[in-house]
Amino acid sequence: MRRPRLMYVPFWMTYVFLYTPIVVLVVMSFNSDDSPYTFGGFSLKWYGELASDANVREGLINTLIVAVGSTVLATALGTLLAVGLARHSRSRLLDAISVMPAVLPDLVLGIGLLVFYATIKATLGLYSVVLAHTVFGMAFVTAVVRTRLANSDTSLEEASRDLGATPFTTFFRITLPQLAPGIVAGALLAFTLSIDEFVIASFTAAPLEPTLPIVIYSMVRFGVTPEINALATLLLAVSFTVVIAAQRMTRLTESLS
Amino acid sequence: MARSTVSGAPVKSQARRSRALGRLVFLGPGLTYLIVLLLVPLALLLSYIPFRRGRFGGIVYELTGENFTRLIDPLYLDVVLGSLKIATIATVIALLVGYPTAYLIAQLPRKWKTIALVAIVLPFWTNFLVRIYAWIILLSGPGLVNSTLMDLGLIDKPLELLYNQGTIITGLIYSYLPLMVLPLYAAIEKLDPQLREASANLGARPARTFLSVTLPLTLPGVITGCLFVFVPSFGNFVVPELLGGGRSIMVGNLIRDQFLKARDWPFGATLSLALIAVLIVLLLLQAWSARRA
Amino acid sequence: MLQITGVSRRFGDITALSEVSLEIRQGEFFALLGPSGCGKTTLLRILAGFEAPDEGTVTLDGEDLLRQAAHRRPVNLMFQSYALFPHMTVAKNVAYGLEREKLAGAEIRRRVGEVLEKVGLDTMAGRKPQQLSGGQRQRVALARAIVKRPRLLLLDEPLSALDKKVRAEMQLELKRLQNEVGITFVVVTHDQEEAMSLADRIAVFSEGRVQQVDAPVELYERPRTPFVAGFVGANNLFEGRACSVGLASDGLGVLPGVSTLPDGTPALLAVRPERLRLDGQGVLRGDVVDVSFYGGVSHVSVRVAGRSTPVLVATQGATQVQAGSPVALSWSAGDGVLIPQ
Repeated sequence: MRRPRLMYVPFWMTYVFLYTPIVVLVVMSFNSDDSPYTFGGFSLKWYGELASDANVREGLINTLIVAVGSTVLATALGTLLAVGLARHSRSRLLDAISVMPAVLPDLVLGIGLLVFYATIKATLGLYSVVLAHTVFGMAFVTAVVRTRLANSDTSLEEASRDLGATPFTTFFRITLPQLAPGIVAGALLAFTLSIDEFVIASFTAAPLEPTLPIVIYSMVRFGVTPEINALATLLLAVSFTVVIAAQRMTRLTESLS
Repeated sequence: MARSTVSGAPVKSQARRSRALGRLVFLGPGLTYLIVLLLVPLALLLSYIPFRRGRFGGIVYELTGENFTRLIDPLYLDVVLGSLKIATIATVIALLVGYPTAYLIAQLPRKWKTIALVAIVLPFWTNFLVRIYAWIILLSGPGLVNSTLMDLGLIDKPLELLYNQGTIITGLIYSYLPLMVLPLYAAIEKLDPQLREASANLGARPARTFLSVTLPLTLPGVITGCLFVFVPSFGNFVVPELLGGGRSIMVGNLIRDQFLKARDWPFGATLSLALIAVLIVLLLLQAWSARRA
Repeated sequence: MLQITGVSRRFGDITALSEVSLEIRQGEFFALLGPSGCGKTTLLRILAGFEAPDEGTVTLDGEDLLRQAAHRRPVNLMFQSYALFPHMTVAKNVAYGLEREKLAGAEIRRRVGEVLEKVGLDTMAGRKPQQLSGGQRQRVALARAIVKRPRLLLLDEPLSALDKKVRAEMQLELKRLQNEVGITFVVVTHDQEEAMSLADRIAVFSEGRVQQVDAPVELYERPRTPFVAGFVGANNLFEGRACSVGLASDGLGVLPGVSTLPDGTPALLAVRPERLRLDGQGVLRGDVVDVSFYGGVSHVSVRVAGRSTPVLVATQGATQVQAGSPVALSWSAGDGVLIPQ
């Protein structure tokens, strides 16, 4: 069938719409002018200012701690849960609970956890953000690993059992290696999502230990500064690298849709 | 016969025990985690609904329906309805732009298809705040949009593009458009192209084929896409705060303020029911359309 | 009358159709027969309007068909996959084409009822396609196409998705329907038995070219190209040069046949297995390699010195010969067909 000409208008509009702001950010991050609106020539001065900004550095360290911690937890829990749901359960309720953190509005999860921490009288800190981010990170790891499991051959596991391996030997020697690409992709996903996450962090972080998105939020609210452009460009570079790596490792777009 | 039943029984119970152990090891940790850090917090949150805020913050445990009465107070109801309106407009525009985009991607040759899809997903994995910030630069008085329009001679002085409802809607569409395109693409890709040919063969013009065949058969994708855009738009507080300039607030801002500023948790919990209700309605709609297809 | 003249279609380096010309008469049951990838489906898609040829013309009763958009052509197609709309009931599927003609509701209901009765599905009108069996779906697809009363009905491998028993039933059904409605049918198939039993005339396709157009009996008894001789039914082919009494073969001597070719032309001699006799005077001598009994017929493979592939002989019922025994083969000159190479 022929492709209707008229459809190319929204098609290209979509890509222009998605990429114009990104291009502007990147170009302006190399601006030598102090104005965030007019380009005065190439310079790296905003990257220099960024490097010497103590708030940003502290936020970055906090974010990395949170992202690494929650990714490790989410990957371990999510992988086990995915195998459990695919091989040891037929409950649709459990399926629904496992994806719930991914569909639940982040605001609801954030205030729920705020209330929870307050009820058990926990002092907030980086750990409380780690635990919070693990909740949704785990949902994504579970989903990605399950797609991988659905496409994998159960007869391999049966063959292993038939040859005398215990369920646990089978899991470590057969299932896990087969799932490895899915697990890595799920972990990368959880990591990127945690690095960028703002809403839940804003409810569960201690005021004196903000994550990077919280720092960015206060910078943006305070006013427009080209320093954000430089930070944005760096974050873009990291995200793009991670996403393209994940895309190569598994067919990410397919497992998401 | 008798011997085999005797020796069969322990084998059977051993198998059952190993299955139970498998369940415990694989399902146990994840489910425990989700119960403690997802279900319990949600239950706690909702349990505040029938109570009232104390004079100096805190909760007065005395059953009351006043949170619901406040919910229909025009002061708050307008915010909820306004948020519904903004989220609806953003969803509809995202659908109108996203559908043709997804449709064309599905028709592309294999290699270009992957590139086009990755290009849709990429911006989504970049920091949400940074993407919103980019729009402040673009739309502000001396920003790129105004200066381009002035250079083209279309306007004499900069337009007020920031800090209104249109800006919020733009920001929401920009944030969630990829989530509209992906499920639409999946649904359109699955559609057998011969069904469209059959429709044309039976005398249907392209527009009729779209309305009678393509659209009904991709409806589950449409609803999933709308769910993915509507839910985070409706409960958003970052976009209205940064792009709305504090002049127009949405239900998300209202909820956040109950928890971080007003310290009225019972009312905040009641307001968050609106978000959950919208989510449930859309999920039911999605399940219904998936069953129909 | 459908007139196809000089139609060619290339996809990149692949030539799907090469200067195809055919004339299909009003009310005819016509088959396009060939192995998969021979271009027959491309021709069908050109007739339906889903593909455009690079060269050539197609006219239906004198009107240029190629200038009309797919949805305006008086041509309907029954898809190989049936392409039934899964979200519509049987009745809705069948009514779809009539609704496009903006007919009155009562008229549509009447014609849908009629056609469903004709294909024996009047009790299934309210069902969805996925609730039907393969044979029933096929009938819905057929009903949906003929209810429009097209001037030309195209059928893409109409019976290929059905199991053996249903296929025989539908074969009769198709013939009966074609008789009743009097529409020109063009069926695409790779199954030569299907083509021979259904069609009035058959066009055999190979590598984008028409090899031969003939009635089934002619095609079977008088193949005109080596491809047709090999593709349509089982055949024994001998290589050599034409001579006045048949074929002069290099290793096997002179084999009897009817020749219209100039003497000395390189040629193939084709003899059908059922025309060979085991009890004859013996044009060829050999040993039986294998005997297979099929009930109605038996197949005897005979190895003949000077020839690499065994000669196949079909006999009525069971046969007395056994593997290993020497036999003599003969046939009448009238059953040997000479084909230029």
